[in-house]
Amino acid sequence: MNLPIYLDNNATTPMDPRVLDAMLPYFNQKFGNAASRNHAFGWVAEEAVDYSREQVAKLVGANEKEIIFTSGATESDNLALKGVFEMYKDKGNHIITCVTEHKAVLDACKHLEKLGARVTYLPVKTDGLIDLQQLEDAITDQTILVAIMYGNNEIGVIQPVKEISAIAHKHGALFFTDATQAVGKIPVNVIEDGIDLMAFSAHKMYGPKGVGALYVRRKNPRVKVTAQMDGGGHERGMRSGTLNVPGIVGFGKACELCRLEMADEAKRLSALRDKLQNSLLELEESYVNGNIEHRLPHVANISFKYVEGEGLMMAMKDLAVSSGSACTSASLEPSYVLKSLGLSDDLAHSSIRFGLGRFTTEEEIDYAIEQTKKAVNHLRDLSPLWEMFKEGIDLDKIEWAEH
Amino acid sequence: MRVYLDNAATTPIDKEVLSEMYQVMEQHFGNPSSIHAHGREVRTIIEKARKAIAGLLGVSPAEIFFTSGGTEADNMAIRCGIHDYGIKHAITSQLEHHAVLHTLQALEKENSIRLSYVETDDKGNISLQHLEQLLQQNERSFVSLMHANNEIGTLTDIEKVGELCKTYNSLFHCDTVQTMGHYRFDLSKLNVHFVTCSAHKIHGPKGAGFLYINHNIKIQPFITGGAQERNMRGGTENVYGIAGLAKALTLAYANLDNHRNYIQGIKTYMMQQLQQAVPGITFNGETSPGKSLYTILNVLFPETEMADMLLFSLDIAGISASGGSACSSGSNIGSHVLTAIGADPNRPAVRFSFSKYTTREEIDYAINCIKELFNPQK
Repeated sequence: MNLPIYLDNNATTPMDPRVLDAMLPYFNQKFGNAASRNHAFGWVAEEAVDYSREQVAKLVGANEKEIIFTSGATESDNLALKGVFEMYKDKGNHIITCVTEHKAVLDACKHLEKLGARVTYLPVKTDGLIDLQQLEDAITDQTILVAIMYGNNEIGVIQPVKEISAIAHKHGALFFTDATQAVGKIPVNVIEDGIDLMAFSAHKMYGPKGVGALYVRRKNPRVKVTAQMDGGGHERGMRSGTLNVPGIVGFGKACELCRLEMADEAKRLSALRDKLQNSLLELEESYVNGNIEHRLPHVANISFKYVEGEGLMMAMKDLAVSSGSACTSASLEPSYVLKSLGLSDDLAHSSIRFGLGRFTTEEEIDYAIEQTKKAVNHLRDLSPLWEMFKEGIDLDKIEWAEH
Repeated sequence: MRVYLDNAATTPIDKEVLSEMYQVMEQHFGNPSSIHAHGREVRTIIEKARKAIAGLLGVSPAEIFFTSGGTEADNMAIRCGIHDYGIKHAITSQLEHHAVLHTLQALEKENSIRLSYVETDDKGNISLQHLEQLLQQNERSFVSLMHANNEIGTLTDIEKVGELCKTYNSLFHCDTVQTMGHYRFDLSKLNVHFVTCSAHKIHGPKGAGFLYINHNIKIQPFITGGAQERNMRGGTENVYGIAGLAKALTLAYANLDNHRNYIQGIKTYMMQQLQQAVPGITFNGETSPGKSLYTILNVLFPETEMADMLLFSLDIAGISASGGSACSSGSNIGSHVLTAIGADPNRPAVRFSFSKYTTREEIDYAINCIKELFNPQK
């Protein structure tokens, strides 16, 4: 067993060796530019891209013509939101999203607000799900897009995507979902789920960093986005730039592996995750964040009350875990996702996201349980707050003196 | 024999670059934004890469921003530069890469800017005099002119362009995708605000590049979301791509003079051999070493019945070359660059582009094939 144990698979995943093997020939032997139409190097590269496009499409039930390759999910999120806003600005300027979205979506929405968009940020219930009635009430005749993520990156909660898309479509709005955490982990089908646009990324499913995709529906209805990057007109004019051929090949392989192995893998991971979660819940005053029925199989976000968050991370240094999204983890702010579930700053700070993955073993989980329990107990032994709690003092009612 | 003479489209990766990347791909998979050990070790890889690149270019690491490639870097510079500085007038030339031209034209179409084209001659040289007029006649402009043309290789005197832009308080973006790693830039002395790089043009990986932004320039991010690249470019970093990019540029600089002499020799040799092999051959754009990028040779063949089939015939013979930019080679519209310099549309043009891996034997082989095509042995 190698230390530290990696339990941060929502931030990124190790590349599967089979993916790396598939990519290697495209670096040196088959290095052509997929846009070179006049010679064999170009055709070989283009053929590889086409095959990968099929693999990616197949995983999500799309047609390969509906897959636009990008540099990753953040770019896909940007293209979907900014591209729809520009393309449909004659129809309306209202976008509905929710407060627990990834920063890539929230920041793109903030950007659009400066350009004249009106954005509704739906709250979530204490379990992390949005209220469908609130969604429907928020829709106006100006609403062009509903942007709600598939699975949350911090708590793993899966939104009722089918119901959301049905509501959006009933009112003539498009439905976009950031499915970066869900694709490859649970069955996602753009037709059955009624998805019009969907962002996802290779490096969250054991593929390489630097490559992702945007699904853009071509039929019923035909959806269009205004290109955000102009140039050679690659990707049917929606995304210019020389295709990252080895990256795309790796993405295709990663999708194929997920499609073939997902069902068994989800079972294995949810069993391990449940073991981890149930063992940690044996600790007093520990809580799972988010809905546990509608949740990604590999994620558990757990709060340990009366434990100081940073101290906990330090005490668990043999475990690579996170207290929230990697994209914002350098800041010391408590997680905005946990806060929007109603957690206090203190409790949000003392929460840990466990993200299991394809290479997680039972032995590692046993070790993680032992280490986490030890760390929590140790920190509580040192904590005056814990002592007061044990003495039955209601800490919420204490008026602390200013100093 | 398979001869690759399309290095302006993309280049094979250098073995050393690949082994550097392989190591990162195999062993360092963390997310650089994660604060645990897996994250910190890849953060170090990225910052080392940034420092190496900055050192080569004579700038501060804080001026280097990693992107997904040249097109994104060009778009970021142009769109954010123009928008964030409230610029209403841009100057470019008809010979620019589509990443620049189409971006500026999109901004013109949405009425964000007026767009002027600086005059160019039949060799693809821009008129500095006309550029000065345009700068004079308009309030602060955004100037986007490439260092070397990707189809015909003609070089632009970016030192002079930079001085003019400075005189008229304008912003200068230079698409250096074809010249980065082929010439030494000292950006601390050049009056340029933005330059771009794409790793796969210099034996690095596809999907990685950077934008240099002069420290006096403050722009908002182009791709938003996440605090990566010091809040300037959202998205998990392509760690191995960035490691490969830095290695590729480091190798390019380490052997720059040798490679330059070697490749210039290949180009001169091919020009001589072609002229002997096919009477009536001329070249598009500048060809002398000081005025032309040494990796590119654009050949204008004599009029022939097989004009449409020339590239196809070359490919059958095992020679990979291009009619123009790969980025638009699928379209049936002729090259916008050749149209702009007024090249005879009845004569077929082929761009041959070289790298450090190109050999004289390969050139000889290509010359023989071309000879055969134009003067078939009866």
